[in-house]
Amino acid sequence: MEMTSSEIWLTIFLVGIATFAVRFSFIGIIGDRELPEWILRHLRYTPVAVLPGLVAPLVLWPAATQGQTDPARLAAACMAFVVGYFSKSFIWSAAAGIGTLFLMLWLLG
Amino acid sequence: MTSTSSKSHFLRGLRIGLPFILVAGPFSLLFGVVATEAGLNLLEVMGFTSIVIAGAAQFAALQQMTENAPVIVILATALAVNLRMAMYSAALAPHIGGAPLWQRALASFFLFDQNYAVSVLEFEKRPEMTPEQKIAFYGGISCAIVPAWITGTYVGAVVGTAIPPEYALDFALPITFLSMIGPAMRTPAHMGAAFVSVLAALTFAFLPFNLGLMIAAILAMMTGAQIELWLIARGKWS
Repeated sequence: MEMTSSEIWLTIFLVGIATFAVRFSFIGIIGDRELPEWILRHLRYTPVAVLPGLVAPLVLWPAATQGQTDPARLAAACMAFVVGYFSKSFIWSAAAGIGTLFLMLWLLG
Repeated sequence: MTSTSSKSHFLRGLRIGLPFILVAGPFSLLFGVVATEAGLNLLEVMGFTSIVIAGAAQFAALQQMTENAPVIVILATALAVNLRMAMYSAALAPHIGGAPLWQRALASFFLFDQNYAVSVLEFEKRPEMTPEQKIAFYGGISCAIVPAWITGTYVGAVVGTAIPPEYALDFALPITFLSMIGPAMRTPAHMGAAFVSVLAALTFAFLPFNLGLMIAAILAMMTGAQIELWLIARGKWS
């Protein structure tokens, strides 16, 4: 990271304010008004619309291997996803992913 | 009388919220580790986790920071992850919208996936609850989650500085994202959205400032909404 300390704090405050604004929007300002159904329908998918796109390049082209696809990291990613999908559990999924990563790094030397 | 019953609702919320410590603890611990590895000092990590206090958005913003993205892109990414909170806010407004401003501000600041989900279910199940009781109940759940979140981050940040680089912690962040994505694949609409998100993000990866991610997010949201409509039309949406 090449940010200076003041840039980091500015970013933290801006992200904090933006996040609060979203949370406060209806409870604090707009109040008891129904959102149109089509907006709700889009909002429902915001996490699954952003996070997979964020993670895909990190999995396929890890910075730690200079962007070369790495079998250990790829296997760990697949394991984390599959275990998360079936167990519906964040903790099991993260444990499986990290466990697989260490195992693969050890096996592949 | 009101205060006694508010207290009992607070305690009930607290008790129901306790198991969430098992989620918030490890999740925030991981944030402490990852943020420290990314180069933030202890004060910055703690500031981040207590000012933003939104798991997925923190990780997403942190990722953009490590890629030296411009502030506006960092902001847009965090906002995109957190837009669902507007939906939570809208769902809670009819129940706690009548509370004093400071209580509404506090409730908003500590609005998470878990206390939203539990509270809305509870309020629908018990319509006889007064607004005071509702906010007490909600506050109880929040009081279970928040200390775990802050403590977890602190432990993670302290531990993170002690972990040597050969442990491949560069990959803890992607694994954290995947651990959020897997359990979120609840319906074909969610899966379709995630698939389009990946495809579009990779296709538009050449664009500067991670703009490809913004395009991917919009396309993916539209995909999810559209699949939902199709499923409704065919009577397969529950």
